[in-house]
Amino acid sequence: MSLGQPLANARAVCPDLVAHEADLTADARLLESIADWCDRFTPLVALDPPDGLSLDITGCVHLFGGETKLMQSVCDALTAHGLTVSAAIASNAVCARTLNRQVHGRIVPDGEEAAAVSALPVAALGGSDAITLGLRRAGLKTIGDVASRGRNEITARFGAAFTRVLAQALGEADAPINPRKVPPDYIVDKRFAEPIATDTVIAASLSSLAAMLVAAMAQQGKGARRLEACFFRTDGLVRIIAVDTGQPVTDAAVIDRLFRERLEALSDPLDPGFGFDMIRLAAGRSEIVVQQQRDLDAHVHDNDELSALIDRIAARIGGKRVVVHLPVDTHVPERAALPLPAQHNLAATSTANWPARHDGEPPLRPLRLFARPEAIQVIAGVPDGPPARFVWRRAAHAVVRAEGPERIAMEWWRPDGQGLTRDYFRVEDEHGLRFWLYRDGLYDRELEQPENGPLVQPLWYMHGLFA
Amino acid sequence: MTGARMDTLARLRGRIARLEAANGAHDLRRVALGHDEADAVLQGGLATGALHEVFAEAGRQAAAATGFVCGLAARVAARRPLIWIRQDFAEREAGALSMSGLAELGLDPCRLVVVRAPDLDHALRTAADALACDALGGVMLEVWGETQKLDLVASRKLTLAAQESGVTALLLRVAATPEPSTAETRWMVRTAPSPVVAPWMAWGAPRLDAELIRNRHGQTGRWIMEWMPDACRFSEPAADPQPVAAAPAHRAHQAEPRRRSA
Repeated sequence: MSLGQPLANARAVCPDLVAHEADLTADARLLESIADWCDRFTPLVALDPPDGLSLDITGCVHLFGGETKLMQSVCDALTAHGLTVSAAIASNAVCARTLNRQVHGRIVPDGEEAAAVSALPVAALGGSDAITLGLRRAGLKTIGDVASRGRNEITARFGAAFTRVLAQALGEADAPINPRKVPPDYIVDKRFAEPIATDTVIAASLSSLAAMLVAAMAQQGKGARRLEACFFRTDGLVRIIAVDTGQPVTDAAVIDRLFRERLEALSDPLDPGFGFDMIRLAAGRSEIVVQQQRDLDAHVHDNDELSALIDRIAARIGGKRVVVHLPVDTHVPERAALPLPAQHNLAATSTANWPARHDGEPPLRPLRLFARPEAIQVIAGVPDGPPARFVWRRAAHAVVRAEGPERIAMEWWRPDGQGLTRDYFRVEDEHGLRFWLYRDGLYDRELEQPENGPLVQPLWYMHGLFA
Repeated sequence: MTGARMDTLARLRGRIARLEAANGAHDLRRVALGHDEADAVLQGGLATGALHEVFAEAGRQAAAATGFVCGLAARVAARRPLIWIRQDFAEREAGALSMSGLAELGLDPCRLVVVRAPDLDHALRTAADALACDALGGVMLEVWGETQKLDLVASRKLTLAAQESGVTALLLRVAATPEPSTAETRWMVRTAPSPVVAPWMAWGAPRLDAELIRNRHGQTGRWIMEWMPDACRFSEPAADPQPVAAAPAHRAHQAEPRRRSA
């Protein structure tokens, strides 16, 4: 049996064959999780779909006792999980991939790529079927044969992309990989001979990792604004928990506390299974920390306290739920304030300029504003006059006072600004409740009246409540 | 009496003495609201570093109660940042807190951090956390509807946290009935009609019917309060809401006979 064989053929050979449909998304997910697991060897892991992974092990090899041992441990662990592995190490990713399509376990020293790949069949280059077939028809069976021809001939026949892959496989060109994640600025990790599973041990390990991380950052006077804890389970699953902060963190106790808050609040708690055999703490978005005089200037101290509090709340319930508002230069009431995550915009609020109120005027904007204005039934004295009575949420209100209209036109120059002009009224009912309502559309200009038939009435909406 | 029992007794006595000393020594700083009668009843003003509850009996009074809470916060915060904690769904019930509306009341939206908690447990936890942070001017917690979770234990936690740090906790309960709690004061707030004024005069400044229904250290009362956005304080309602401009003499003449004939 072989890859690409028709099912009928295979059934003829083996009548008891059990056929399963290919589940490409599950395959991709598996590849992702293997890539997560490979993070323990190097932060630079790239996917090579459908079934390959490239690991940039530059500078990581000595940690695992040399290339041979590193490859051995990767292959052993993956084989133990029931996967079939073929691996190769070479100076670039394309060369290694070319090798491991044919043979397993080759390690090619620098400068010997051409010799290593030249004996391999052209199919190892991973080109499309048409290219492989074309090469074979031209009598070029091995990569060495193809390399011996002029590159311009190959390009003319098979395209520049193929020539580039050929050059990379021969080690003549560099083949950078595209890592899945941005490598963090600082990494510290802890491996455990005996997997750990209890909360106290996990917390203690995180604390000591935090101390190590802070020490590493302190040498360069830096603090991190993004922290990631990766928990590597013995069965290969990896759980990544990230915490963002508004100010660069330089204190191990703060990191410790943030992670405690985050771990407590997880909707699906950390499941150690049979235990974690490695925990890693990585710091990203690191910044140089400017030391400030803290004891004398109360303002600096207050700001520090506030941003630390916001970080803690954000760690527990999510950064998007803690917001500050920035003013937007617009007349449309629902767009006047822009909510932004407080963690990253706290500094911007102090310089924000909100429109000043007019002295001596009562509030002209409601204190509570409905994100979605609610339709109401209105009886108005004259067609474009203020409302006399209205029904909102099944309760009737008689208008005692009304002021308006304040006419607000929609922003037609924006893609989502195609609305009708609104005439806002400030009204007060017989109980003293104060409302902000509007009539949607101008009578003669925006609402088309039919030639003969009933008059089209504009709709009214409740938009806000005054204190 | 055996030695062990004497020992226990002495220990308990000591504990009570310490508790009482803590209560007595805990002298609350007070901030005047600006409304003289209310300040007199409150013995100088609203206590900071304590829990205050503001109730709106129905959803339609939510804005009035919100205005009252914002006013209290503006009084106690003294230009320090504020945190407003609310549940996710409250926005649909009575609208979101509008920043332009806040600015119109004289508060600076720059100083406000809004937390949208997924549920009441998180909201309470966040409030307790925030109350521990002494950089804040006040923590406002908006809770919608009746709930079992805001019992004596929960309110005691908030009170203790507020006492510890000196940050004032303002609890806004909308569409809820008062239950026992450890709050320093409890208010029931309704909106009050604007005074009758001439058509050309401005109307619509926040005018609230604030009823102090519980006061741990004094009397209760009920007042009409007006919030003055420019002065950023409460005040008594204007005594004479009639237009200040004198009516022309001949008009008064005309009005006189008509009233007689009626």
